[in-house]
Amino acid sequence: MAGAKVVETVGVTKSFGEREVLHGVDLWVREHQAVALIGASGSGKSTLLRCIDLLEEIDDGDIFLDGEVITDPAVDPVTIRRRLGVVFQAFNLFPQMSALENVMLGIRRAQGGSREEADHQGRELLARFGLDGREDDRPDRLSGGQQQRVALARAFAGKPRALLLDEVTSALDPELVGEVLAAVRDLKSEGVTMILATHEMSFAREVADTVAFLHEGRIVELGAPGDVLSRPQEPETKRFLKRLLEAHRL
Amino acid sequence: MTTSRRAEREAAKRRRARRGALVAAVSSVIVIGGLIALVLTSSGWPDVKDTFFSWSEFKKSFPDVARAFWLDVRIFVIAEIAVLILGLAVALVRNTSDAALFPLRLLATVYTDVFRGIPTYLLIYLIGFGIPALSFTETPIDPILLGGAALTLSYGAYVAEVYRAGIRAVHRGQRDAALAVGLTEQQALRFVILPQAVRNVAAPLLNDFVSLQKDVVLIAILGPAGLAARQAQLYQSIDFNYTPLVAAAVLYLAVTIPLARIVDRLGYAGGARI
Repeated sequence: MAGAKVVETVGVTKSFGEREVLHGVDLWVREHQAVALIGASGSGKSTLLRCIDLLEEIDDGDIFLDGEVITDPAVDPVTIRRRLGVVFQAFNLFPQMSALENVMLGIRRAQGGSREEADHQGRELLARFGLDGREDDRPDRLSGGQQQRVALARAFAGKPRALLLDEVTSALDPELVGEVLAAVRDLKSEGVTMILATHEMSFAREVADTVAFLHEGRIVELGAPGDVLSRPQEPETKRFLKRLLEAHRL
Repeated sequence: MTTSRRAEREAAKRRRARRGALVAAVSSVIVIGGLIALVLTSSGWPDVKDTFFSWSEFKKSFPDVARAFWLDVRIFVIAEIAVLILGLAVALVRNTSDAALFPLRLLATVYTDVFRGIPTYLLIYLIGFGIPALSFTETPIDPILLGGAALTLSYGAYVAEVYRAGIRAVHRGQRDAALAVGLTEQQALRFVILPQAVRNVAAPLLNDFVSLQKDVVLIAILGPAGLAARQAQLYQSIDFNYTPLVAAAVLYLAVTIPLARIVDRLGYAGGARI
């Protein structure tokens, strides 16, 4: 079980102006494992993922990728981002490009692949996420679930060391959630390392090896899904889960 | 049961449509007919007709004015291309945050402020007469070139702001996504942000085309021969008849109206996308 740590955050602290969003977050994900970040909106889940992909600059602490510090000012963030994959809550597909072009862009321009390689890999990836036949469709011709699967294919195109999934089902209509979760489940079963911020507790329980409960920018409770979700120890965790239960989200 | 109600409603809809069409037709005839009658019955109409709408003058001057108009069109096309390039360059410079580029940014900001603030008419005077007055041996003194440069500088400042608005309107998540797939900032700008920015502002850009196309006529104040307006004035000064100016106006309309229709179409398409 104990593979090497792929991503690790140590004492990560981040403020937006006066507001401190993360206070000394220590978290890690081992090879082939999935860590689920749970917590209320505004608890810092998205910010933590953005910090790991160096889309936000942290104020204090360090982040490691495969044991190498990536938050040193001397490190070029572009080379780090090429080793990670991110899927956003709002898909953020490039609207002027077809599904295939969305996947090809990174392969060509970031990974340096030829047009043929990018085309070939792009088609393969789309097929893998159940999108064969939709290659030439622009995002606005696709359902939310299909768009998010294109985004998964795009994030996966760079053969990332870890996938960072930021509430990938929160913007979807309820009937489309299942197809995206199925795609993530497949990735996990293939051994893809991932950190996923999620509101889907049953999914966290099913897919994650570790659940981390984030409350006001701190990791309050961390452990196996069965422990954190079924036998929470901390009062904040209990309160959060109770509120979810009352809202029928558990 | 339902079919009879449906027939009833469709009949009512048809009645409403017929009534609407009838009202529109009658009111158009009254308003337009009234305006025409007003002009035609005015005491000065026979004189106006002879001096502005003389068919024989029109036939006489039109071929020469049209030939001259070809120069207007060439100036417009070259200036427009220069405006698009200059505007984009200025917008990109103003969009940077690199400390080393601060002087360029300052220059670009001053440029847009100054050249947007000076009326185009005055700018053509200032550049058209000011540059030759410097009397450097290498400075161009061709009024068409100087007038075209003045127009380019003036419209470049507007178009830079249009581009900037387009860049700002691209959602932040697009930049995030572009960086997340491993693109550099420059690649994100080139492949993801600029294509969307230009699409955002296609209609306002075309609007500025129409304006620029008309303002080519202002170069005539520098006195060069060959422009449509100058050619028309030439005829007018010989025959004391303004019809050649109307001929020039017709030529301008022949270009601006199709451009305006394209702007409309883009405007609708853009709206539908958002």
